[in-house]
Amino acid sequence: MTAGGITAEPPVAAAPPPAAGPGRLGKYGTGAIFLGPALFLLGVWMVYPAVYTIVRSFFGEHGFIGTWVGIDNYKTLFTTSTLLTAIKNNAIWVAVVPALVTAIGLIFAVLTERVRWAVAFKTVVFLPMAISAFATGVTWRIMYQQDPGLGAVNALGKTISGVFSPAGVLSQASPSTPGLQTTSSGALVLKTATHPGGIVLLGLTGIAPDQVPKSAVQAVTPPPKPGDVVGTVWRDFKPGGGKVGVVEKQELGLPGVTVELRDAAGKTVQSTTSKPDGSFDFSKVSQGTYHAAIGAQTFAKPFGGYAWLGPNLIVPSLLIAYIWIWAGFAMVVIGAGLAAMPRDVLEAARTDGATEWQTFRRVTIPLLMPVLSVVFVTMIINVLKVFDIVYALAPQSEYAKANVIALAMYFTAFQGGGNFGVGSAIAVFLFILVVPVLALNIRRFRRDM
Amino acid sequence: MAAAAPAVEIPDPQDRVAAKVLRFAARAPIHLMLIVLGGLWLVPTIGLFLTSILPASNLASKGWWQIFTKPSVATWSNYDALFHNHGLITALKTTAYIAVGNTLLVVIVGAMAGYAFAWLDFPGRDWVFIGVIGLLVVPLQMALIPMFRLYDTFGLFDTWYGIALFHAAFGLPFAIFLLRNFFVGLPKDILESARIDGAGEIKIFVRLILPLGLPAIASLAIFQFLWTWNDLLVALTFGQNTTPITVWIAGQLREFGTSIDIIAPASFISLVIPLCVFFAFQRYFVQGLLAGSVK
Repeated sequence: MTAGGITAEPPVAAAPPPAAGPGRLGKYGTGAIFLGPALFLLGVWMVYPAVYTIVRSFFGEHGFIGTWVGIDNYKTLFTTSTLLTAIKNNAIWVAVVPALVTAIGLIFAVLTERVRWAVAFKTVVFLPMAISAFATGVTWRIMYQQDPGLGAVNALGKTISGVFSPAGVLSQASPSTPGLQTTSSGALVLKTATHPGGIVLLGLTGIAPDQVPKSAVQAVTPPPKPGDVVGTVWRDFKPGGGKVGVVEKQELGLPGVTVELRDAAGKTVQSTTSKPDGSFDFSKVSQGTYHAAIGAQTFAKPFGGYAWLGPNLIVPSLLIAYIWIWAGFAMVVIGAGLAAMPRDVLEAARTDGATEWQTFRRVTIPLLMPVLSVVFVTMIINVLKVFDIVYALAPQSEYAKANVIALAMYFTAFQGGGNFGVGSAIAVFLFILVVPVLALNIRRFRRDM
Repeated sequence: MAAAAPAVEIPDPQDRVAAKVLRFAARAPIHLMLIVLGGLWLVPTIGLFLTSILPASNLASKGWWQIFTKPSVATWSNYDALFHNHGLITALKTTAYIAVGNTLLVVIVGAMAGYAFAWLDFPGRDWVFIGVIGLLVVPLQMALIPMFRLYDTFGLFDTWYGIALFHAAFGLPFAIFLLRNFFVGLPKDILESARIDGAGEIKIFVRLILPLGLPAIASLAIFQFLWTWNDLLVALTFGQNTTPITVWIAGQLREFGTSIDIIAPASFISLVIPLCVFFAFQRYFVQGLLAGSVK
């Protein structure tokens, strides 16, 4: 990593030996004073526990000596369904997150490279890095609430779906006029046939007062017209009840309702929407037998929101929130790589007639490869150890579905789990997963040193 | 961001206003895209803040964006109530003790060890150093169970210093690695002339190494501070009543819907300090990040 500015020069082969004059500590003495505290902390908090955990993973749930179980804890790890879910989910995390974070970071870094206000953008995208993954979990829990009135993500979904499939004017209503029947498509069809010059009355009930469209006025039965089919769709209910199937005073018309005229074969020949007084008019209807119907779209339910925190979507929801955190990291590291890129190479490529895309694809990306791989590998390690955000963002009822290895380890060993044997086995498993990846990273570091 | 140098722009002598306008128009989609993306990235945090200044009763039926149509509903009463909440104040203090305490420890112990590995000569030095680097791979899950038992025995369980010591130990391999590499790059002559002048190793360390190593030490300190301020897992394992703010909020999560007037402002408080640290020391933070992609 040469971009940071704090990477060091190659190590000096041998530091000058301290003169072991009188009054000075010997070689070992000075070293011991300076290294002692560090070695004590590392020994007690890292080396001893690591050895203990490895040994402990071959022993039973409680106690220690005398509860030898061999590799049973590891068998449990690969046969218990919640633990398998954790491994499977972690595999999804590894497959999705590092690639996406690296790609998004690269796109952001390239986009901001020649924009003057890039610092503002970079700061905004980088901000989540300073926030705890825990607070991020809380933040996204607010975003993901299912009710589109409460959760911003679903509110956006509602706005978008409102454009493509708007909610009906009446999400709740039931037929009142006798003969008005619900069909499988959700439309209401009047069984009583009508002819040109006829009047159809489509009475509906079961509409809450606040669900009646605002523009509704007193319902009116239009006079019959020769050659036309006219009628009214109205709320067949007034304070006190009223007579079923008859338009009365104080009963309101239902505006905006889609009314269809269907021929004997059931095919819609005309379609119209009702006026504020509920009346409608199909003009110039040719001779024949027809049925009036209220279209299904009238009763279309409004968008209810996706259950982002429910069992089916919880993993993708977690991934999105996690990518939101780490995109800034990738952007900054890759941005530093871009800034350190030798300009003359890029210029040479352009001079030779390469297009912007060719330069990017054939020169920039290969030159950036070391940086991209740093980001990618770092993200694999982060993702393998992911814990906080799952703990904070997933509701407890969905922990089984959202499970990851670190979460499984915690709940197996602590919080009422109390199984130190399997808990140790999970920790060792995580250790084994991390070692090769991190070893790769360290080897690269050694090379850079 | 400090790390990204501005792109080199080669001025074109024949640049006219029209050309400028044309170029701006051609680049407008990029600006637009960045504005939209930046907005997307900002919305969750803004949403958290706006949620935190709304009364719980208003949040039962409408989302935080109601504030845009009716700004008068905003109130500081949630924060007011929180600052009279004994639990939260204690949790904040505990967080500060843990974060500051372990950062100091890591910086001091790490710098001493870094100096030893960089400038002291003793047999087996490089092997010990490689061993320390090897510890970078140990995930902290490996230590939870044994240290849980050990803490219980030695009375470190449920204390802020128990949690701080754990963080310090797991921060050390990276700290030593970072500082050793920085110290190795310091000018050799200064150190040698100090030794010739008869300065002891401790004096050299305090008077020379620490001041000269300040940039790396600052990066490390900020990194470690943020890392531990934001920790959840370690405190969740080793704390019970003495817990930092993350664990305190986690205790309220079960009642997410009804306690939102506590959860949202408390979460926002928990991220104010890291944000301040981040903005104040952005340069060091990014440098630490670039050097520390290994963690």
